[in-house]
Amino acid sequence: MSNRFADVSTLKSELAGVDYLSDDGIAGVVYLADRLEKPILVEGPAGTGKTQLAKSVAEVTGARLIRLQCYEGLDESKALYEWNYKKQLLRIQSERGDEGEWDEISDDIFSDEFLLTRPLLEAIRSEDPVVLLIDEVDRVEVETEALLLEILSDYQVSIPELGTIEAKQIPLVFLTSNNTRELSEALKRRCLYLHVDYPDMEREKEIVMTKVPDISENLADQVARVVRSIRQIELKKHPSVSETLDWAKTLVLLGVEKIDEHTAQSTINILLKYQSDINKAIKELATADGVTP
Amino acid sequence: MTASEAELDADVHGIGEPILDLLNGFVIQLRAAGLPVSLTETLDAMEAVRHVPIEDRQTFKYALAATLVKHHNHWKAFETVFEVYFSLRGDDYLIDGDSVELPEFDDDEQRQEGGGDQQGGGGENLSPEELAEMLYQSLLRGDQPMMRGVARQAVRRYAGMEPGRPVGGTYYLYRTLRNLDIDGVLERLLEQEQNEDGDASEFEQRLARDEYQARANQLQQEIEAEIRRRLVADRGVEAMAKTLRKPLPEDVDFMHASREEMVSLRKAIYPLTRKLAARLQRKRRHGRKGPLDFRRTVRASLSYGGVPAEPKFRNPRPHKPEIFVIADISGSVAAFARFTLHLVYAISGQFSKVRSFVFIDGLDEVTRFFDGVEDINDAVHRVNTEADVVWVDGHSDYGHALSVFWERYGNEIGPRTSVMILGDARNNYHASESWIIKAIQERARAVHWLNPEPNSYWDTGDSIVGEYAQYCDGAFEVRNLRQLEAFVDNLA
Repeated sequence: MSNRFADVSTLKSELAGVDYLSDDGIAGVVYLADRLEKPILVEGPAGTGKTQLAKSVAEVTGARLIRLQCYEGLDESKALYEWNYKKQLLRIQSERGDEGEWDEISDDIFSDEFLLTRPLLEAIRSEDPVVLLIDEVDRVEVETEALLLEILSDYQVSIPELGTIEAKQIPLVFLTSNNTRELSEALKRRCLYLHVDYPDMEREKEIVMTKVPDISENLADQVARVVRSIRQIELKKHPSVSETLDWAKTLVLLGVEKIDEHTAQSTINILLKYQSDINKAIKELATADGVTP
Repeated sequence: MTASEAELDADVHGIGEPILDLLNGFVIQLRAAGLPVSLTETLDAMEAVRHVPIEDRQTFKYALAATLVKHHNHWKAFETVFEVYFSLRGDDYLIDGDSVELPEFDDDEQRQEGGGDQQGGGGENLSPEELAEMLYQSLLRGDQPMMRGVARQAVRRYAGMEPGRPVGGTYYLYRTLRNLDIDGVLERLLEQEQNEDGDASEFEQRLARDEYQARANQLQQEIEAEIRRRLVADRGVEAMAKTLRKPLPEDVDFMHASREEMVSLRKAIYPLTRKLAARLQRKRRHGRKGPLDFRRTVRASLSYGGVPAEPKFRNPRPHKPEIFVIADISGSVAAFARFTLHLVYAISGQFSKVRSFVFIDGLDEVTRFFDGVEDINDAVHRVNTEADVVWVDGHSDYGHALSVFWERYGNEIGPRTSVMILGDARNNYHASESWIIKAIQERARAVHWLNPEPNSYWDTGDSIVGEYAQYCDGAFEVRNLRQLEAFVDNLA
């Protein structure tokens, strides 16, 4: 059992120390992941700090962050390991002429020297503590997911020519997903599940105040309120936390003290990226009645 | 504190029998609610609770959720089961067995309320006016403990709960809310806001309203929780868990979905259409490779001393799927039709060549309504008002609709076209004209029929889906998301 964190509240304040404001759910799951030695599958809308969570945890624990960005068509040779063909070829050619040494060569060309490690294998073989981030895992095909299963459940990689390589230390593993497709049951079963949603108003206000140091508390409060109201409207794409931060920064640069209707309308394009959303939000916010939930 | 809880406390640090039993019972309830909880996950949960302090309800809840619930859509169901199952455990949540006459307020709660400027003076003798004032104050300040106090008081005073009375929680909730008149209080709060801040713009009023509304929702949740707790105390965990059980989002029937359910269904469609798009396109990425690319192979062989070790292939010609969606929007499938239109809209965002048609007894092409439309509701509205789908009387006539389709658009179906027909095939005893489906199938790549009716109703009464299905590549019962997903999975 690894004990990177003393308890949930300590972890929470440690994360706050590196400017990541977590809540009970987030800190609790990270803490459990460490204790149970299980990977965390982080899901949620874009821009809610899923990737940032892994980075912050790495910073807190002083571990190296190894990142595997997933994309359609990702395969074994990009994720796990690859044999260095060219080097192997060179090796064979340099020995050409000396007959009888074939056994030696064949042993030799499938040794460590000719192995190119890719992120997953690297995380396993690392001597020092590592946080492994497998980003946007929903982008790979279902078949490729299977590549991850061995490493996620047993922290080991099997290479036919070399045998099984077991982890020197158990890395903390984060998988993030934007939920564009359903991940396989096998993958989910091996992970702890964490859904990160948009923060509630109080937390968003705190995040704004941490990340935008020049902002007054009053303005941060207003920013959080407006964003909450906008998120209640049915839109194509709701403002993410990073967009909220951009907006707050803009307001500070413009020297705004108090958000009135005019400022909101003229800067709303920072929060919303679709023209139809912008029009809808402006129209909605100008009516005092609001949406009845 | 009951005996079992004392044991529970004693066992915080190890994992003892009572906790195992407790968790087992909990998992059984989760499964009964339809959540797929596997054995490994149960074991994980048991391991997990060893590491968290059990007194900390939130952390305990998240520990269970992280190990047992692997799908965000299931969170609500999990939460309900959790609240019911653990409602009577934990100090904060302890209430007396006798749920009507609560003898006295919890002491610490009293203190929290005393922090305000009103004298609670033993919850019992709080007059309705005082309660209303407390409600007003708690909403004004957004004071959580005070809200909880108000909720408890209100439920006790207004819900009129009697043990053993066979009414659901909604009834009590309704009674409590009606008596509290939260809307009235909200108006008052807003008026006051206005008076303080003379020239508040519409925009500011809106923000204020949202703020108070959020607090009122919080209060309502407190009231619901209180009612639920009392009901559990009265009827027992299992009975309550059963009454509160609702179908999971993927099991909600399209035909009988409530408004809120519809909203969450709509959100779930988008990932599904992306999946559909991926399914249809994946063929071209993973299937055969194109012919050998001689030039690139020779170029690559140079780095191996002229040995063509790495043959290169041309990319295969991309396969561009073309989709025709033909949807019944008559009254008998009205709810399904609304959903269908959203599905059509979502599909058309994913594929370049989608053509959509709607019919009742006439048929009209509606592709233009979905083209470049930003707001789906606009599109649906235009389809419902502008599309020319009524021929004689506005009762479904599949035969006539199909013949119109064949006459006008039949020639445009090619070997790359997938045709999806959505409808219940209730034809009001008109002619079926099923030869058209046969003709379409001969020309098209595939014809799929999605029927929102349960399989057992097919071919009963005026339903003639069987007659059409014989010429389709498949007819599927699609009543909920799970089935729709299964359909997409099996496609291509």
